[in-house]
Amino acid sequence: MAHHLFLPLIVPLLSAGVATIVSRRRIWARVIAVAATLFNLGYGAWLLVTVAVMGRQVTQAGGWVAPFGITLMADGLSAIMLLLTALLTLVTIMFSFATIDARQERFYYYPLLLLLMFGCSGAFLTGDLFNLYVWFEILLVASFGLITLGGSRAQLEGGLKYVVLNLFASLCFLVGAGLIYGVAGTLNMAHLAERLNAIQEPTLVTAVAGFFLIAFGSKAALAPVFFWLPTSYHTPSIAVTALFGGLLSKVGIYALYRVFGTVFQSELARLAPLILAVAGVTMVVGVIGAMAQVNVRRILAFHIVSQVGYMAMGLGLASVAGLTAGILFMAHNIVVKTALFLIGGAAEHLTGTGELKQMGGMARREPFLAVLWLLASFALVGIPPLSGFFGKLGLIQAGVAQEQWLIVGVAAGVSLFTLFSMLKIWNEVFWKKAYSDLSHLPRAGAGLLAPAVILVAVSIALGLGAAPALEYSVLAAEQALDTAGLARDVCGPDSCDTVELAVAR
Amino acid sequence: MNLILSLVVGTLFAGGIYLVLRRSVVKLILGLVLFSHGAHLLIFLMGDGLVKARTPFVRAETGVAPPDSADPLVQALILTAIVISLGLLTFVMALAYRADQAVGSDNLDDMTSTDQL
Repeated sequence: MAHHLFLPLIVPLLSAGVATIVSRRRIWARVIAVAATLFNLGYGAWLLVTVAVMGRQVTQAGGWVAPFGITLMADGLSAIMLLLTALLTLVTIMFSFATIDARQERFYYYPLLLLLMFGCSGAFLTGDLFNLYVWFEILLVASFGLITLGGSRAQLEGGLKYVVLNLFASLCFLVGAGLIYGVAGTLNMAHLAERLNAIQEPTLVTAVAGFFLIAFGSKAALAPVFFWLPTSYHTPSIAVTALFGGLLSKVGIYALYRVFGTVFQSELARLAPLILAVAGVTMVVGVIGAMAQVNVRRILAFHIVSQVGYMAMGLGLASVAGLTAGILFMAHNIVVKTALFLIGGAAEHLTGTGELKQMGGMARREPFLAVLWLLASFALVGIPPLSGFFGKLGLIQAGVAQEQWLIVGVAAGVSLFTLFSMLKIWNEVFWKKAYSDLSHLPRAGAGLLAPAVILVAVSIALGLGAAPALEYSVLAAEQALDTAGLARDVCGPDSCDTVELAVAR
Repeated sequence: MNLILSLVVGTLFAGGIYLVLRRSVVKLILGLVLFSHGAHLLIFLMGDGLVKARTPFVRAETGVAPPDSADPLVQALILTAIVISLGLLTFVMALAYRADQAVGSDNLDDMTSTDQL
């Protein structure tokens, strides 16, 4: 029993409570937020190693035996996501120190960030489908608060669409969870995997899997249900955009990997062509949408959609190699996407606008920021030895090995268009001459640059240390697809069914 | 009885989707309300459905619940889901009210400023 799995949930929750009480005193709220995030970061790093050494960590909430109670579990995928969540929250908090409006900061900004981390961590650790729904709602509520914090007209308009479409996706999830309980009589993921893979009548299961695909797909911003993302992500403060851009859509991808990797593993093969088609369309639509945009954050928001397509491709290949590459790509993308938002956001913060036409001259004014942008955007495009290369290489290799030529072609082609958009921002924001005199603008201080530096350093480390990162991704993908091992770890050496029957007798 | 309840669920979903597709924000929210009610009743049906059953208390002497007891899990699930949707829908209403104040319109077609180039 690995009771330590409760720690990354209890600590952010309690800190959020305390930070709410002291939110009038900014310093205290800041200290508490940083301390809780540092704790989760340390715990995530420890968990990463522990999972690699000792395998899957499992505990049962309240001591209830496995298929009856709520299971918390951590495998390689959970550990990676938990660590990256804490890292992103930490750099977001650091970036907020330099950028955020003091009134917003007092208005429960840090408690909301901590609750978001709480919800995400819970979603990554739970082994129960209904519990996953509850965690999704927790992180959604926190994100609702963050995206509308400030209450400008744009935020309210974008926020309304964000809220309503996510709520609709959640209800689809709830319907799916209800139906799956009706079909299989359990909600524990290990138990579900055991029962669904042996079920005789697959048509109903396919239909239920469709509900989950829609629910998680729209949370991950896959085509054609991505519209909430580009309409809302550029409206809140820069720090919030960066955190959401890096993290939230990937929670949807995580849920897809988790649920379709274990619970619907037998369905995955059947749905794989559909997922691949969705992935390809998502890549293309996202990248074309970005070409039309003329605002830094809105270009980057459309690129989130495009990149999520690559992660869905990892799932759609329905193999260990595909999932491995998908996980590696996701880890890279979480870091780099946030880095790009922070760097572009820093330029926006200094210039006072994110419209490309009104920006310019940043390369001369802030050369260090420009270098960071080049590194991060090359990493996003996938130029070796930066981190994006290995994820994309893995995806394309897996696609070639499985002879999925169309998706391989699309994935490679979309990379070129990604480069186009990144160069567009480079030209407009950094390279072209400034139309106005920039000398009165504030300089980028250490507080503005440090968060991006940390993330770019992580991205470079992921690229240079690609071998261990790939090894870990293989471990994570194998664990995520290993339903027999999951049932053994969660329910003990006998199957979950045996445990349930033993109690019923 | 289960058939009636199934029809009710279907009607709620249909009405919910119809209202969600309307332009008015208020109707949109009402649609979400109907949809969430449909989802809750659907979970209810996924247990034993609407049957007359005993309270699911475990007997002390045998350690087992009587065979004709109701499924307690679906009720716990619905309760959780109702509480969550209550909170979220309240938030949506507050948000819609603020959006209405800021935009000066209840029409979703007037709320496109964040989508325009």
